[in-house]
Amino acid sequence: MAVSSNTVDIAAAMVTQPVQGADWLLVTPLLLTMAGGAVAIMLRKKTAIQPWIAIGVISLVVLSNIGLLAHVLDHGVVTMVMGGWLPPFGIAFTADAMGAFFALSASIVALCAAIYAAGSIEASERRYGFYPFLILLLCGCTGAFLTGDIFNLYVWFEVLLISAVGMIVLGNDKAQIDGGVKYAILNFVATTLFLMATGLLYGLVGTLNMADIIVKVSQLEGQGPIYGIAAIYFLAFAMKAAAFPVNFWLPASYHTPRMVVSAVFGGLLTKVGVYALLRVVLMLMPEPREWLGDIISLVAIATMIAGALGALAQTDIRRMTGYIVISGVGSMIAGLAIANQVAVAGAIFYAVHSFFCITALYLLAGVINRIGGSFSLRELGGLYNKSPLVAAVSLILLLAVAGLPPFSGLWPKVMLVEGALESGRSLLAASILISGILLTIAIGRYWIYAFWRGGPEGTVDGTLVPQSDGTATVASVSLPMTVTVPMAILTGLVIYLGLFPEGVMAISTQGAASLVDPTAYVQSVFGVWP
Amino acid sequence: MNTVIFRTIAPYLSALMMVFSIFVLLRGHNEPGGGFIGGLIAVSAFAIYGIACGVAAVRRSMVVHPMSLAGIGLFIAVLSVLPSYLFGQPPMTSQWLIFDFLGSELKLSTPLVFDIGVYLVVVGAITSIALSLEERDVD
Repeated sequence: MAVSSNTVDIAAAMVTQPVQGADWLLVTPLLLTMAGGAVAIMLRKKTAIQPWIAIGVISLVVLSNIGLLAHVLDHGVVTMVMGGWLPPFGIAFTADAMGAFFALSASIVALCAAIYAAGSIEASERRYGFYPFLILLLCGCTGAFLTGDIFNLYVWFEVLLISAVGMIVLGNDKAQIDGGVKYAILNFVATTLFLMATGLLYGLVGTLNMADIIVKVSQLEGQGPIYGIAAIYFLAFAMKAAAFPVNFWLPASYHTPRMVVSAVFGGLLTKVGVYALLRVVLMLMPEPREWLGDIISLVAIATMIAGALGALAQTDIRRMTGYIVISGVGSMIAGLAIANQVAVAGAIFYAVHSFFCITALYLLAGVINRIGGSFSLRELGGLYNKSPLVAAVSLILLLAVAGLPPFSGLWPKVMLVEGALESGRSLLAASILISGILLTIAIGRYWIYAFWRGGPEGTVDGTLVPQSDGTATVASVSLPMTVTVPMAILTGLVIYLGLFPEGVMAISTQGAASLVDPTAYVQSVFGVWP
Repeated sequence: MNTVIFRTIAPYLSALMMVFSIFVLLRGHNEPGGGFIGGLIAVSAFAIYGIACGVAAVRRSMVVHPMSLAGIGLFIAVLSVLPSYLFGQPPMTSQWLIFDFLGSELKLSTPLVFDIGVYLVVVGAITSIALSLEERDVD
């Protein structure tokens, strides 16, 4: 194996300019989560320090993502190619405003979950690997949001799926295995479709780098296969996002695991599906998306309405929250159907709102179970007496999720309706509003049953006093820090997004701009539009 | 599977396979081989040892728990990404250290470190699956 001292022109194949230190912010969240996950696996027998490892690592990831978002907002789209090989051959990581913003939101959600879990996940479940799974789930999410290579996106989906299945069967009881199997099978089918579509796409355009795909697809002139590929991608990601005809796995599985696991899933996983829809179907294949526009619009309408009706029909607050998630997914897909800049910005804003609000709602279900002893609206009641604070927080979150002012759900819906009217999709605009009304009824029922009425089903309403044992009111429950801190962070964000939406709106608009017109994205990878 | 011949041969066979797996790991960069395939050979070695002498014997011989081994591997793989930061290059750019070692040329590099990480991840993850399957087999 003698090494010949041949002179090769390295600049033809590799990046030769020095890389800015700040660009490393693109990979630090991934390196941190991988290294943190590895340490958490090694130390999984030391259950007492597990939460501290997770909280420490995820806090660092949050800081790093804040840095990344600031860097992206300052310098535009950032690209880094692994191993220094020039794109499209090196695997690119490309962060635009949407990717960086989603990565930041995901890490905040994971941080809240890590704190909440410190008080609710038992030692045996920690030994089984709750925290490594949580950290690696965040790793998969962040990777999916930041990668600029479609096969790499598939790899991150696998990372996500493995950690998600690990988390869903954590307690090992029958209902959880049942939910886990439903979840796993449906998601494996979706991932397989994704892989098949990627194979077909590679066969058609001969590249996997997203920026390169944009260029190559724009040069295809009305070729049939790309339309079929776009349709398969849409189906695969719609399954992941739980859109209407393929949504049934979500309410069937999300209520079985620990509440904190549901919170992470509801907060992160469907949003990864929506992200992939926006990134792949909207940005990579604008022409086929146009062609699919009416179908996507129908799916969005059906998802919104089916989700809202499902939420109305449920009496279990966990299942109800599952349907609320689905209704929200419909709103985000509406942004994909409309596809002008306002609507896409609305979809991005909605996703960010949904990250925080849905996670908080699932954690809230855990809190309600803790103070009320049940998840069923039939058995709950009179919780206002036990904790007016929880009642207030839940009212805020429920109003936000239904899109009522002054909280975070309002603005994205305003943007979506505006976009829908702008592009003449009045039916879609009407559906967004109708699903809002249906959700308002559903959440009104939730809040009135759980908090406002005097007691569980059978109690004469209006009787807040006195209890059978003579005490006038039940002593208010005190909640531990592990509950109050994450709830405070998430509720604070929901209120903040509602009252001061300008900043988020600006970031969403910037994210939407690079999706609708990906010139900046391509230039960031190749330097010029080739 | 519990014949005398198999039980006598198994320790030697698995030792031989372990050595071979490390050979495959080290020759991997420019020739067929590498961390993944080397790791699989090592797992087969543990599996043969486990079939012959029982899961407990394999666990004793591995010293650390297989899942922890996978964790160590992942950590090493992450470490191999970092050196390129110092040289202002994109992550995972390979860094080579070539020097003369007792008259023959020795090449150390970050891809080798990464490959060792992959090797440990594969050995750890798949051995722990194989061992838990074999444990279930008993009851």
